[in-house]
Amino acid sequence: MRSLHRFFARLLNFTTRRSNDERLREEMESHLASQTEDYLRSGMAPEEAYRQARLKFGAMEAVRGNYHAEEELPFLESLLLDVRYALRVLRKSPTFTIVALATLMLGIGANVVVFGVLNEVLLHPLEVRDPQSLYQVRHKQWMIGRLLTSSYPTFEDLQRRNTTFSGMAGMYGYSGAKLLWRNSVRKVSGYEVTGNYFDVLGVEPETGRFFHEADEHGPNSAPYVVLSNALWRSTFHADPGVVGTIVELDKHPFTVLGVASAQFHGTEKFRWPDYWIPMMNEQQLENYDYLHNRTSINVTVLGRLKPGVTPQQATENLNAITAELAKEYPETDDGQPLRLIHPGLIGDEGDVIRGFLYSVSLLALLVLAAACANLATLFAARAADRNRELALRVALGSSRRRLVRQLLTEALVVSLLGGAAGLASAYLLLGMLNRSSVFVGSITVSLDLRVYLVGLALTLGSALLFGLVPARQAWQSSPMQAMKGGQAESKKLHRFTLRDLLLGVQIAICTLLVTASLVAIRGMIQALHTPLGIHPEGAMLAYMDLSSTEQADSTVPESASIHDATLEKEKAVLEAARGIPGVTAVGMINQTPMTGGLHGVPIFQPGTTEFKLKNSVLAPYVFSMSPGYLATAGTRLLRGRDVSWHDTTDTPHVAIVNETFARKMWDRAPAIGQRFLLKGQLTEVVGVAEDGKYHDLTESPQPVAYLPQSQSDGGEMIFVVRSERTPKEMTAALQQRLSSIAPNAPIKVLSWSDQLAGELLPARAATVALGVMGLLAAMLAVTGIFGMAAYNVSRRKKEFGIRMALGARKTQVMNAAVGRPMVLLGVGSVLGLLAGISASRLLGQIVYQANPRNPAVIGGVVLTMVLLGVVASAVPARRALAVDPSELMREE
Amino acid sequence: MRQKKDVQQGTLALMVLKTLDVLGPLHGYGIARRIEQISGDLLAVNQGTLYPLMLRLEQEGAIASEWGSSESNRRARFYSLTRVGRKLLVAEKRDWEQTAAIIARFLEVKTEDLG
Repeated sequence: MRSLHRFFARLLNFTTRRSNDERLREEMESHLASQTEDYLRSGMAPEEAYRQARLKFGAMEAVRGNYHAEEELPFLESLLLDVRYALRVLRKSPTFTIVALATLMLGIGANVVVFGVLNEVLLHPLEVRDPQSLYQVRHKQWMIGRLLTSSYPTFEDLQRRNTTFSGMAGMYGYSGAKLLWRNSVRKVSGYEVTGNYFDVLGVEPETGRFFHEADEHGPNSAPYVVLSNALWRSTFHADPGVVGTIVELDKHPFTVLGVASAQFHGTEKFRWPDYWIPMMNEQQLENYDYLHNRTSINVTVLGRLKPGVTPQQATENLNAITAELAKEYPETDDGQPLRLIHPGLIGDEGDVIRGFLYSVSLLALLVLAAACANLATLFAARAADRNRELALRVALGSSRRRLVRQLLTEALVVSLLGGAAGLASAYLLLGMLNRSSVFVGSITVSLDLRVYLVGLALTLGSALLFGLVPARQAWQSSPMQAMKGGQAESKKLHRFTLRDLLLGVQIAICTLLVTASLVAIRGMIQALHTPLGIHPEGAMLAYMDLSSTEQADSTVPESASIHDATLEKEKAVLEAARGIPGVTAVGMINQTPMTGGLHGVPIFQPGTTEFKLKNSVLAPYVFSMSPGYLATAGTRLLRGRDVSWHDTTDTPHVAIVNETFARKMWDRAPAIGQRFLLKGQLTEVVGVAEDGKYHDLTESPQPVAYLPQSQSDGGEMIFVVRSERTPKEMTAALQQRLSSIAPNAPIKVLSWSDQLAGELLPARAATVALGVMGLLAAMLAVTGIFGMAAYNVSRRKKEFGIRMALGARKTQVMNAAVGRPMVLLGVGSVLGLLAGISASRLLGQIVYQANPRNPAVIGGVVLTMVLLGVVASAVPARRALAVDPSELMREE
Repeated sequence: MRQKKDVQQGTLALMVLKTLDVLGPLHGYGIARRIEQISGDLLAVNQGTLYPLMLRLEQEGAIASEWGSSESNRRARFYSLTRVGRKLLVAEKRDWEQTAAIIARFLEVKTEDLG
């Protein structure tokens, strides 16, 4: 209690810098005066009285010192002194300080950025109640994408029969609609969800209310919509009065029930919906009924486990039900085993994302480690230079503990400044990345407390790492040796020192990172040269909404004739586009490759009667297209004929398949003329096209069937126009020509290359990330080697002078000057390269088809390291050779 | 016996508290003189050491101080015992008496007592 009281009194003194100096002075004077008076009264001579009084009082300076020590907090005060001294020392050597700060800023900044992304993507839980007990049902087999795993009837069976979930909700995440509100139309995308969705997730609305199970009474009975916060803000200007009003989705009236909170974005981190509607009303947006069809796999199943139930038990429970269902509905339910995962990261892609982020974090930490090794070398060299100063202080009675504290304070000051700069630059960089659309989907990375704490931890950790080396050196230094001014170190010249080890480690890490970045660059080049099966260059894409015009003049509401009418309109658009000067080919397709959302469609052998998934022979991606699309896209037709407008619903169904399709189905036998069942239609192969990439760049060869649009069920088409003119000219020409055909239809034109740029993004991001880290590491290696060689030369200048005066050859001097860093460079590089080669699994997480064993990569790494060595040691070597013996001798 | 001095320094605080307890508010010189009178030449030199000690006691809340004027009309700082200080004095006194009693008993010890 008393000591606490005292501590606060002192702390107050310390913070207010209040000093009782004046008070002490007055008290002392008063004391001496009284004493002198007493002595005078006892008959002493005035001078003698004053002298005796002072003698009795004791050493005034010592009293003042003790008084002062009592007054404040000696620890804090000496810390302040240390900090002030450190700042002065750092200001005195600006180059050193700037290099150290920049190194740390880059190292810590890189780590904060990477950790910020990792934190946002992996560590933030979903904004739902108790995210740990929320699971998503998936097929047991691991696969990319494919979030839809059940049909709606199957979902209902799972929901009804399970005994392990307290609630089970279904969602379809690929809903899209045209939202009409106050005469303006906007394309929006969202979720169709079961009535209990919000209750199972346990979320609360911002305003209004969510829909519940009780709001539904069979199909199309619940025309309600819940808006996302973002859509509410952007389109409805955050007007709370929108609740209760009616908006149109695809021309169907929906009542706005409520608005979701700003934190809730559904269960997928990369795909935020604009709206939620009850699944009961799906038909109004999807134009077909999937609620009663066991073959429409349209539902993602989310479930909340009952308390005390393990995921294992729940999985067994679900699989028992699936097996039952397979027996009850042998035609439709294939009884595929299920498993549970936490939702959030596009199903199984979470594994890929996790692997990528953890690997990049590891590399970023390695960069920081290299930076710390670099700084440790720098600090150690400086401490060695300050040996005399330090020794002097020890000799004058400063404790070693105090010296070590001083050195550690210096390291801490540098690292705190560097860390602050790193955090600031990371903050700016992330802000820039958030504004640009580098991050997939709608994710934004914000720096929260956790990121700041990690930044601080890294800062302090690195301070300790690079501060302890010089501190250790100071601890061991002998003042005697140093004061004698002797080259204490010359004895150690042939010994392997800690500094050598640090440089070696640094070079090894650097080589590893250079290897990684070269692998990434090579992966990127490979990705760019992957045969896509299309030639996007020179082709334009036009998105055009013909449905709004179609409704206006179609008097017959029968769907077949709407389809025909649309087809006629599409033909007109194609003809118009063909008429634009410079256009060489036109075509259309329902979906261009690599724009996501592809699903395999099961096909069957002719004669199959049971259309169970088990009986299907292949599940190709299916596109529908116009005649001429393949030629326009640059996809070669290898055999057979293109589809034609004469393939109509009245003629036999035809398809063009790709090579993979043909090989998988009929191996070497000619594919033309073969038949298969697709969507219940007996379809004949009339042509074979070359393979390409369809879902993503990293996919294995996939089977594909192209159907003529004139035999398909319609849907929106994308027009592809190839021309010899520049994209800019073509955009204008297309806009103009197409709007003259359909004046009211919204048109969007862009070049195909631009559209595909997003697909290369992961490869590009990996290349940039690894490239930056490789560059940082290379810079660190250069400064490390340079620092060591330069330091070496400056310390041994005199020796070199003498050697040259004695007739040493230039190569010998060179060897002495930069020999050791070169040896370290060699050893470190080899170790780093070996590490890189053995870490190909790690790199595989980051770059597609990473292969560090590739001779081009190895050669590149070796070349890079040699170049780095030459660059880093050229200046010190020249300096060593330029030593003028005569001048040097005269100096001392 | 170099430790003697340290022990004496430790007892100085007790002496200050006791002096203030008996004589009421006093200035630094007054305290120094009383202690000198009672303890003989123990505090004959280095009277200045009192001041850091008293600052410490004040920060601990055991004594309080304020400016006043001395018998000879000189401005001086007067120290007085607080409630905390009184309690502290009682506790220190008891400690000291215990220690002294133990030490006294030890010094009385003869060979036959331990035999």
